[in-house]
Amino acid sequence: MDNQMRMNREAAAKRRAMQLGWFSVGLGMAELFCARGMARMMGMSGREGLLRLYGLREIAAGIGLFACKDDPERWMWGRVAGDAVDIATLAANVSGNPRKAAIALALANVGAVTAVDVMTARELSLLKELAQPPVRDYSDRVGFGGTPDSVRGAARKDFEVPPDMQAPPGMRPTMH
Amino acid sequence: MRALVYHGKHDIRCDTVPDPVIEHARDVIIRVTSTCICGSDLHLYDGFMVGMKDGDIVGHEPMGEVVEVGSEIRNLKVGDRVVVPFTIQCGECDQCKLGNFSVCERTNRNADLARKMFGHTTAGLFGYTHLTGGYAGGQAEYLRVPYADVGPVKVPDGMSDEQVVFLSDILPTGWQAAVQADIQPTDTVAIWGAGPVGQFAIRSAVLLGAKQVVCIDREPERLSMARAGGALTINFELESVIARLNELTEGKGPEKCIDAVGMEAHVGLKHPDTLMDRAKQAIMAETDRPHVIREMIYVCRPGGTLSIPGVYGGLIDKIPFGALMNKGLTVRTGQTHVPRWTADLLRRIQQGQIDPTFVITHTVGLEKGPEMYKVFRDKQDGCVKVVLKPNLH
Repeated sequence: MDNQMRMNREAAAKRRAMQLGWFSVGLGMAELFCARGMARMMGMSGREGLLRLYGLREIAAGIGLFACKDDPERWMWGRVAGDAVDIATLAANVSGNPRKAAIALALANVGAVTAVDVMTARELSLLKELAQPPVRDYSDRVGFGGTPDSVRGAARKDFEVPPDMQAPPGMRPTMH
Repeated sequence: MRALVYHGKHDIRCDTVPDPVIEHARDVIIRVTSTCICGSDLHLYDGFMVGMKDGDIVGHEPMGEVVEVGSEIRNLKVGDRVVVPFTIQCGECDQCKLGNFSVCERTNRNADLARKMFGHTTAGLFGYTHLTGGYAGGQAEYLRVPYADVGPVKVPDGMSDEQVVFLSDILPTGWQAAVQADIQPTDTVAIWGAGPVGQFAIRSAVLLGAKQVVCIDREPERLSMARAGGALTINFELESVIARLNELTEGKGPEKCIDAVGMEAHVGLKHPDTLMDRAKQAIMAETDRPHVIREMIYVCRPGGTLSIPGVYGGLIDKIPFGALMNKGLTVRTGQTHVPRWTADLLRRIQQGQIDPTFVITHTVGLEKGPEMYKVFRDKQDGCVKVVLKPNLH
């Protein structure tokens, strides 16, 4: 049960990582080929070279995700690191920028994508951790003289819950 | 003697300290042969409990051999093997006469401090802050046991330390958690936390006849141990606790919910309230992380009972009290009234009905104690329960 559920979630997380890979490639192409327009729109004219560099980074991240589609965790954390760089760059260009609204919108968009990236990366990390076999197997540590079913209710024969610890009478099933 | 000594957050050391001496006619001194690290010791280690001082000896799950007795002690003699309950009780006050040993009115040497914090005093405890008396703890070579004519349990011949040492705390604590839930044969009992107390709560719920026991945790090793004891398990990292519990109870919720986690609930993105609690702890706006209490209130069947053996120390926020009130839930909590249960549980161990040794995963000497605090806290190496042997080098 646990294993099937883990595998289903892992498949979903990997699908999301691939979608983010396509997003990465798309954004990277836009930054690479439309750097001038994007820089002007965000009031960052003169930083076209930096934007193109970021575009290459995005494309590399996308290709990395596609290439490691069976284990995309590291590339997802790479995307998170790239998001941090994007946020820092945008934040550094807020002051004195004539297009503050555009920068704010860009920051909000990057923030939203970062949230999805973090959740996906964390999910992949967690599922990888859970896929590890247990360090130790305690499935034989019963703790009873027999099987749980053989002792179920054994204490009811010689033990009564003290009156001060009994549930209110109306809430005991024997009263229904 | 050697003892594990608290020096601050994440700083417990094995130091050499003065041997204890008889201070009162009702004292005994024991040479500790086995003593354990408790989950509640981790609250001290992590710095979440107030009232610890640099130099305090920790530990409250000891047993050993009597080496010296006070002049008024009649029930014990030198050479007897005893298990020492973590609560210190006088046996004579109104609360002790009612069997409410963990709220003994006389044994807390710092009763005024406790009154300021809790409104009334509670019992003295071994090695567990100055709020509960500032008594030296049992993770040491020797221990002074006050009021030794009341609490200590004499160990019958032929029984090993491992069989009986948990009578000091976690076995009666798991038992009381199940008993005070007043389990009926038709009940589903949900238990949060597959640590040592959770494991004993599972076994107790089975012995008390629960129809279905469900345990919630995230550690595969602990969940395998819970399944071995007869519980169904929910890994909260993998599935929704509330959806699964409702599924297992035809949408009605478990009748009885037990919190064997306490104030340090796991912090994770999946449960945003735990992030909020952690942030509040960091700025001292909240002392504990009550995620389990919130979840229990939400999922418990109306008219059901919440049993809370998990330790809480101070103030908690965002408790859905509307749900608690409107669903008519009963809340039972408290430190364990250990001597109320020890004779009965000892008999069950002797009869072979329950074998507490299953929970032990690590046995080491006292010197390794500080290292084992970290291993236990981080659940490394499949650690569930650590037994310290002062004579093991």
